[in-house]
Amino acid sequence: MRGLKQLTVMNFKLYLREPIATFFTLAFPPLLVLLFGAMYGNDPSQLYGGYGTMDITMSAYTALILGTIGLLGVPITTSGYREQGVLRRFRATPMRPLTYIVADLLTNLVMTLLGMIILIGVGWALYKVRFEGQVLSVFVAVVFSGLTMFSIGYLIASLAPGARTAQVIGMVIFYPMMFLSGASIPLEVMPEGVRRIADFLPLTHVVTLLRGLWFGEGWGEHLTEVVVLGGILVVGAGLAARFFRWE
Amino acid sequence: MTVVIEVVGLRKIYSDVVAVDDVSFEVRKGEIFGMVGPNGAGKTTTIECIEGLRQPDNGRVNLFGVDPGQTRSAIAERIGIQLQDSSLPTRIRVGEAMSLFGSFYARQADSGELLERLGLIEKRSASFSNLSGGQKQRLFIALALINQPEVVFFDELTTGLDPQARRAMWDLVRQIRDEGRTVFLTTHFMEEAERLCDRVLILDDGKIVALDTPEALISSLEMEKRIVLTLPGAPEKLPLSDLPQVDRIERSGDRIVVYGHGERFAGPVITALEHAGIDFLDLRTEQPNLDDVFLALTGRDMRE
Repeated sequence: MRGLKQLTVMNFKLYLREPIATFFTLAFPPLLVLLFGAMYGNDPSQLYGGYGTMDITMSAYTALILGTIGLLGVPITTSGYREQGVLRRFRATPMRPLTYIVADLLTNLVMTLLGMIILIGVGWALYKVRFEGQVLSVFVAVVFSGLTMFSIGYLIASLAPGARTAQVIGMVIFYPMMFLSGASIPLEVMPEGVRRIADFLPLTHVVTLLRGLWFGEGWGEHLTEVVVLGGILVVGAGLAARFFRWE
Repeated sequence: MTVVIEVVGLRKIYSDVVAVDDVSFEVRKGEIFGMVGPNGAGKTTTIECIEGLRQPDNGRVNLFGVDPGQTRSAIAERIGIQLQDSSLPTRIRVGEAMSLFGSFYARQADSGELLERLGLIEKRSASFSNLSGGQKQRLFIALALINQPEVVFFDELTTGLDPQARRAMWDLVRQIRDEGRTVFLTTHFMEEAERLCDRVLILDDGKIVALDTPEALISSLEMEKRIVLTLPGAPEKLPLSDLPQVDRIERSGDRIVVYGHGERFAGPVITALEHAGIDFLDLRTEQPNLDDVFLALTGRDMRE
């Protein structure tokens, strides 16, 4: 794994130099907090089991960050690097493919955590948002959900013929899911029909798992989510590894 | 002479197009070995099979005595590669690219010194996307040298460079050879091959047309040499037709073209003119070059 540290640090710097990607990962979720916080506040509500709107959006927006990175960031960057010949240049060095993938995953996870910290910081400062779970448990769930979303992203990049197509596929999958999964608007306010569709969306399971663990539920209460997301991870990563192209 | 690259019966087929067809040759340690031919001749396919980036369909490749396709990581430590089509992340800076790529290798060159040599030291904090075509090309050369490679591969090294930058690049390649490294390059500029390479392999349509030193290739043609002169007010009868080196003379007004052969051809012609007291202007000799070799061997003009 020689070069792993340097590549991860470099990826991280390059990520921060992309204004659009950085905006959607770091700034967009806190802006949603400002917007929806101003509209709904954070008073405890029966609808959300006694939690306020801002309490439950913390885990939801974390899922939103994971979706943004996994379904937009990963496919756009990866297929772009392939199309431009960046991957070809890396392949001409002794660096192993696994090093490249691990560095990319680490970068995206660190960006997710950074986004979460800013999000929770804003939520805490403005609305004293509640957290009743275990930090380690939520951390593991974020990493697990992240790997699932990223594996879908790599699969898109592997199957799409070019960078433009990868971007379009990512958007077509992500944007409906962003609104229908509870990642941006709580499912509790959605009509019954939407909620039934939501069950079939991977991101919905991320939202449910993270919210449960956030408020102290155990993994045992979320076996459905673990199985669904674990299945997507295994199949997604397997297919991505099978179809990944360096050029 | 130690052989560092050995290619035997190399064959590569893309769907139903034979890109490389039964190609065999050896590259010796410390030489500049050039592969020339028109676009689509199979140069890049051949070089990438040797680099271990592509698998041959038939035949075998030996680099340092091992199959580069099987042991890529170990081979990659000892070679430097400049690819024909590749890129870097747009926002990476020159200095960052050097230290990143350096970190992939066990052995590293001094990146500051390399940038200095390639005239990029001023550009150390410039983003890749802000570099000119020539600067990008030089950066890729610096990256190819970052691990102090024993063999360096340049695929279309000077394509897209202006003539001055091209010449500077030739000097650099010679320096690299003089440091004891072996250089394997491809080009579709015959002049580049002729001026730069110790040995030249001419590839056309996936097959080897010729392989030798540029001088041997040119002299093997036994083509006529030409001297072009302007002789204002010269007599009708010139004292040149009797010279054994001279084959024939063409004349149109003051302008005279003398066709001949032999190692020393210009000398006797000039001497004979001076003896006869004939003033000449604009003397120019025209030697056959690798373009003529290509034309003679394939029946096609390289530049078409």
